[in-house]
Amino acid sequence: MSGGSVILRALGPSVSVQDMGRPGRMAQGISRGGAVDPLALVEAAALLGSRSPLSALEMAVSGGRFEVTAPTRIALTGAPMQAELDGRPLRWGASHRMEPGEVLSIGAARTGMFGYLTFAGGIETPVVLGSRSAHLAAGIGSALESGARLPLGVDPEPDAPAMVLTQDDRFSGGTLRIIPGPQTGLFDEDTFARLTTTEFTRARQGNRQGVALESDAPALTSDKAEGLASDVIFEGDIQMTGAGTPYVLLAECQTIGGYPRIGTVLPCDLPRVAQAAPGTKLRFKAVTLDEADALAPRWETQLQAQRAKLRPLIRDPHDIHDLLGYQLISGVTVGRELEEENG
Amino acid sequence: MTLEEALRPGTAQAHRPQILPAGGNGLLVRFALVAEPTAIAAAQSFHQRVTESDLPGVREIVPSLVSVLLRFDPEAVTRTEMAQRLETLLSEADWQSAAPHPAQRVWHLPVAFGGDHGPDLEGAAKLAGLSPQAAIDEITATPLSVLAIGFAPGQPYLGLLPEHWNLARRSELNPRVPKGALCVAVRQLVLFANASPTGWHQIARTAFDVFRPDQSDPVPLHAGDEVRLAPVSGTEMDALLKAGDPMGGARCEVRS
Repeated sequence: MSGGSVILRALGPSVSVQDMGRPGRMAQGISRGGAVDPLALVEAAALLGSRSPLSALEMAVSGGRFEVTAPTRIALTGAPMQAELDGRPLRWGASHRMEPGEVLSIGAARTGMFGYLTFAGGIETPVVLGSRSAHLAAGIGSALESGARLPLGVDPEPDAPAMVLTQDDRFSGGTLRIIPGPQTGLFDEDTFARLTTTEFTRARQGNRQGVALESDAPALTSDKAEGLASDVIFEGDIQMTGAGTPYVLLAECQTIGGYPRIGTVLPCDLPRVAQAAPGTKLRFKAVTLDEADALAPRWETQLQAQRAKLRPLIRDPHDIHDLLGYQLISGVTVGRELEEENG
Repeated sequence: MTLEEALRPGTAQAHRPQILPAGGNGLLVRFALVAEPTAIAAAQSFHQRVTESDLPGVREIVPSLVSVLLRFDPEAVTRTEMAQRLETLLSEADWQSAAPHPAQRVWHLPVAFGGDHGPDLEGAAKLAGLSPQAAIDEITATPLSVLAIGFAPGQPYLGLLPEHWNLARRSELNPRVPKGALCVAVRQLVLFANASPTGWHQIARTAFDVFRPDQSDPVPLHAGDEVRLAPVSGTEMDALLKAGDPMGGARCEVRS
């Protein structure tokens, strides 16, 4: 049995298939890649009742129009985007049912950068090195183009009720917790202190490999970086460029680099970096190693936490237990008003 | 020195092994800040040692030029326990005089020097104080070691060349070297996995493909392998490139 396929139409500038990526291959020069906001995949798994994160469409800045050839549930997670199914507004951070012939339109992000469209049966493109993720920097896979069709897995429970959860707000900047790293010692105490007292702005330069930050403060540089051997770099590292401005590495970063790194953003705060649109304010706050290690849950643990937040998405009057508590204008209501009220 | 103390700003140690926290669930064992021969040998030896010792809770071991990164499973071992085990391993040898075991695998890679395949050969040789032919002779006579794989998938850092090859990077970035470009700087050679801009000097080219995502062994070279460069003519290289075989005429000799 096939789950049919999804037809991609009028796609935004950067839509690609992403899952949890390829961890454990740094010795081969391959960074994890995968979703730059893995929490969005965990949210989708919770909404769709999946035991593990599914491969999804990662949509930078805007989505596109989508049709399916077999009924399936979908989840909309990550950065909230304008979404409609056949003209009917859809709640973000929720699951919905989609039928063949219906057109799902996903527009611009209202806040944040990366939205995720997950199908309940997953996307069944070929697995390369243990993952379906496009890793453009590594030359694996490619950005998707309008007109393409991708095979879908079968929705194991197409009639399961639509669900909604309140997403952790990570779309509008804020505080990034950091720990010192192997090269923090190359910077003097004053420079490190200024890193944590300066307000930074997400610069225009940024993609799945990393994000540049800027500020009015004097450059944060090291005078001990001359002749430094290239060393292992990874997601979360804060590289200090020659200009003394931070560049935070994301999922698709290189694996060896020569710029000194002043510290590392904790994995749990990386979605906040990835989702910061240009102009968003970000700050760094140093935490102890013990605090950091306590804040590094595996996705299994995160999935339990997201499941605990699920509530039914009320869309049909017959499903509403306290229907009499609602004021029914002219005695008639349609799902949309209730859905919007619930939203 | 505790882990927290090792991280204080201003405490970087230039010439002795340090165990340093490296991101979530990571520790880095680093032997020096610069790519000096004793530290490179120490990092290679320690990589062999830590791989053989099969420490519980280790998820990933990533060797680099002068360091080894270990990623651990936080549900199997704490950061402090992991650091203690590494400290014990470190205490068992004198890393100033460490020598890695001889490589088990020796790769023989055909390369074409100079001309279109190595536009910077003449300039780089001059900077090293050699004629182009003397440079080719010296580089092909040097047993090279894969010091690290990284930056891009499968991309090897090879070294070390003799001291006079301690060339600075070019003052102007080369906007594009092709896939397979062999480039030199700081006593090392890099064999590019993909077309890329670089500040390194392109002296040669190979048809050997260092990254083959659709094959069962996507990254044929491993850190610690030995590499010997075998010179071929530009015409021979053109033929190898045209043939499109990812091996590019290379062969792997396994020492028993």
